[in-house]
Amino acid sequence: MSTTQWESALTLPVTEARDHILGPAEAAVTLVEYGDYECPYCGAAYPIIKEVQARMRDRLRFVFRNFPITTSHPHAEQAAEAAEAAAIQGRFWQMHDLLYENQKRLRDEDLRAYADELGLELDSFDKELAEHVHAARVREDFMSGVRSGVNGTPTFYVEGVRYDDSYDLETLLAALERTAR
Amino acid sequence: MTNTTLDHRATPLAPGTDAPDFELPSTPDQTVSLHEFRGQPVILAFYPEDWSPVCSDQMALYQELLPEFQKFNALLMGISVDGVWCHLAFAKDRNLHFPLLADFEPKGEVARAYHVYRAKEGTSERALYVIDANGIVRWSYISPVGLNPGADGILRGLENLGKGDGS
Repeated sequence: MSTTQWESALTLPVTEARDHILGPAEAAVTLVEYGDYECPYCGAAYPIIKEVQARMRDRLRFVFRNFPITTSHPHAEQAAEAAEAAAIQGRFWQMHDLLYENQKRLRDEDLRAYADELGLELDSFDKELAEHVHAARVREDFMSGVRSGVNGTPTFYVEGVRYDDSYDLETLLAALERTAR
Repeated sequence: MTNTTLDHRATPLAPGTDAPDFELPSTPDQTVSLHEFRGQPVILAFYPEDWSPVCSDQMALYQELLPEFQKFNALLMGISVDGVWCHLAFAKDRNLHFPLLADFEPKGEVARAYHVYRAKEGTSERALYVIDANGIVRWSYISPVGLNPGADGILRGLENLGKGDGS
C-alpha cells in the first residue's frame, strides 16, 4: 500500500556475504529492518521483532541494516559502528540486542563496556571505533536505505517491498504470514 | 495529521516550467532569492510546519544527506509559512544546517506560486522540487501531508539533470 509514486523496493538485495541475518536462507519470508540504535521507535519495535521471531521460528529470515540519523541521535553512528565491530568478532546480534536494551546508555564508554561484557577483544574493538573502520559500511547501509525509500526509522521491507503498515505485533505477523511462501 | 489529505492533493508545477522566482527571509536580517543560485541545481522542500513530527524526521534525513546533494553541487532549502524566529529555534533544536525560508508575509505567497498552498489549513503541502541550473523545474512531487517522502526521488531527480535535454 505504498503511496509514493516511485516503487519503494529494496535496491540492495539481501546477501549472506554482507548482511546480518537471523534465520535460514530458505525461510518462508524475509523481513529487513533499517534501524537506528538511538531511535525510540526502533526501541519500541525491538521486542516486537523478538516476538515475531519466536513465533515464526525458522519460517522467518530477519535482516538488520544500519540507518543512523545522527542529526537527531548523536550516539547512533558510533553505536552502529560498535555493532559492526562486534560483527567482525562474530557477535553482531549479541551487541545489537545489548544496544537496543540500553538505548539511553550509548556513550563511547558504554559501548566499550558492552564489548567487554561480550568478551570481545578490546584492543581491536577500540582501534576500529577510534579509526571509524566501519563507517563506510554503515554509510553503505544508510544510502542503500535512502535509495530504497527509507524515510525514517524503523523502516521494514517484507520480501523486498517496503512495509508501510503499522508494526504492532498482530499486524506485522499477519502481513508476514500473508506473504510467506 | 489528517486523513483527508488525499482528497485534495494539489498538482505541482510540471517539469519544464520556469521556477517562479522569489525572495524570502532566511534569518531576521537576511533574505534569499532563487535567482541568486542560477548555475547550480536547487532543491526546494516545502513542508507544512516547523516542529510537527513528520517534518522533523524529514528535515533530519535531508540534513544527513547534505553531502550527497553537494555531490551534485545542489543547494537544499526548506520552506514553510513559519516565521524566521520559529525557523531559527527549530533549526537550532534539530541541528539543521541548511536555509529554512519563511513564506510568512504575504503568507504562503511562494507556496501559491508553486501550486502547493493549502488554503484550508493555512500551510503548504509537503512538496519537493528539483530545479536545474537554468531555473527550470525538472522534478516535482507532492507527498501526502502525513507521509515523509524520503529522499530517493530527489536523488533521482538530481541524477537525471545530467541526462537528456540540454542542461
